[in-house]
Amino acid sequence: MSYIQKLEKIASQVRRDVLRMVNAPKSGHPGGSIGCADFMTALYFDILKHKAENFTIDGKNEDLFFLSNGHISPVWYSVLARSGYFPIEELASLRKIGTRLQGHPTNHDNLPGIRIASGSLGQGISVATGAALSKKLNKDNKFVYVLTGDGELQEGQIWEALMFAAARKVDNLIITVDYNKKQIDGSTDDVVSLGDLRAKFEAFGCKVIETNGNNMQELTNSLKEAKTLTGKGKPVAILMHTIMGKGVDFMENKHGWHGVAPNDEQLKNALSQLEETLGDY
Amino acid sequence: MKDTRSGFGAGLYEAAKENENIVAMCADLTGSLKMDKFKAEFPERFFQAGIAEANMISAAAGMTIGGKIPFVGTFAEFASGRVYDQIRQSVAYSGKNVKIAASHAGLTLGEDGATHQTMEDIALMKVLPGMVVINPCDFNQTKAATIAAARYNGPVYLRFGRPKVPVFTEENQKFEIGKAVKMKEGTDVTIFATGHLVYKSLEAYEILKQKGISAEIINIHTIKPLDVKAVIESVSKTKAVVTAEEHLFNGGLGDSIAQILALSLPTPMEYVAVNDKFGESGTGDQLMKKYDIDTENIVEAAIKVIGRK
Repeated sequence: MSYIQKLEKIASQVRRDVLRMVNAPKSGHPGGSIGCADFMTALYFDILKHKAENFTIDGKNEDLFFLSNGHISPVWYSVLARSGYFPIEELASLRKIGTRLQGHPTNHDNLPGIRIASGSLGQGISVATGAALSKKLNKDNKFVYVLTGDGELQEGQIWEALMFAAARKVDNLIITVDYNKKQIDGSTDDVVSLGDLRAKFEAFGCKVIETNGNNMQELTNSLKEAKTLTGKGKPVAILMHTIMGKGVDFMENKHGWHGVAPNDEQLKNALSQLEETLGDY
Repeated sequence: MKDTRSGFGAGLYEAAKENENIVAMCADLTGSLKMDKFKAEFPERFFQAGIAEANMISAAAGMTIGGKIPFVGTFAEFASGRVYDQIRQSVAYSGKNVKIAASHAGLTLGEDGATHQTMEDIALMKVLPGMVVINPCDFNQTKAATIAAARYNGPVYLRFGRPKVPVFTEENQKFEIGKAVKMKEGTDVTIFATGHLVYKSLEAYEILKQKGISAEIINIHTIKPLDVKAVIESVSKTKAVVTAEEHLFNGGLGDSIAQILALSLPTPMEYVAVNDKFGESGTGDQLMKKYDIDTENIVEAAIKVIGRK
């Protein structure tokens, strides 16, 4: 089995995790989560230089990842648990009283793998930029990654952050965008059009790559290419064309699945479309 | 006469000499915040954020990851109201070691008018779980407070002002976060004051003394966590309270004191604060008088509250 096939198998399990996680409390955000399952799998199982044991907030000499669109926490929790940050069984506690797996991710309850709270949108690129500057001051040559949603790009702070990162030449920063063209109220074009996103990121001073965020081969190639573009005085941005709900036929490209959990029957149907590769929790 | 913002600038420089992890960010107000010396001496640790306060706060939170201790500077209105959500999520809830340096607070900002004169910031910041809120009274105390904030691990909102005011506390004083400072001992009324109103309370003390009234003056430089023990001890003795601050009635020092007294020692109390109004252009002195937060208002409030005993 090629390493790409191995990653695809992990991604299938991650999708199963996500759907089972949000089904249990009848609450959560499956659409963006499974749309980003390929990216999050590629990142945690191939790209990031990180260690799950003895997690520290500072993450010195490790690559860091920040999730700006905190509502897709289930996919992050899944890859963190599957990477060994915390017990896989803990995934069953999502959104339940007393859990460390809050609806939106937080470091407040000391969940390994998470360094700051997110949920209120638009703050992650700023946070990642700060962490990247901190790495530079510490002469730490690892990278800082951040994922944002596309609807989230309507927040003004995103553009403040890009302008700042470019002006300060933060070139150890890799910004990834879940470009699924969907948000709660409909398509991004209908809600408030993002226009020519590539041109916007370029105009704000980023080196831009576009990729298919649901094709493991293409995705891992692009993530590796992004690393080669660092250190050249500019932040790097990857626009990942994805499909909301990817992997489950009745969820694909349906913005209605942004923040609605599948019921038991829908879960059964969805799971029948996704191979159990690593064993359900 | 010196401005408290210069006390911040001096404290920041001292703290930065002591700890190389201290960094500073400023939203296009380096001169106003007196951060020039830090910038000149530690250029690699200074980050100009431009007129983009939301990004500055979140980026500062990010800089703590890796062990940096960022001081972010701008006018108090933009350091609180404008960026409330960023402070709430990325700093307070996330428990990040960010120091928010909020200058030009209150009416004494003066001529720029109400858009820039925040009198709501103490309320906004003290309501956040875990946030420390400090409002020192003069140059020396602001310098000491800045150094103390740098040594403290956790989010701090440090509020200070624009005008030159008397310097009346000790140089190189020991500053304990959360510890009230008794400025004058008295028996008839306790005046709890913060920021620029501390000096005005000392002026009021002399006037009251001439009238035969013995006022106890307590400087509450830390509004949160509040020195509950000092409040209860003093009020148990004087049985009458005046609070004085350059802030609105709602959510300020007065409300913090009133909450303690309501719960454990109900006592007649008067507020010297601005009552549910925005400010306007004028000199700081004119505005303090017009908005009833001047020395004579403290004197009147003290006489009134003693009459209510």
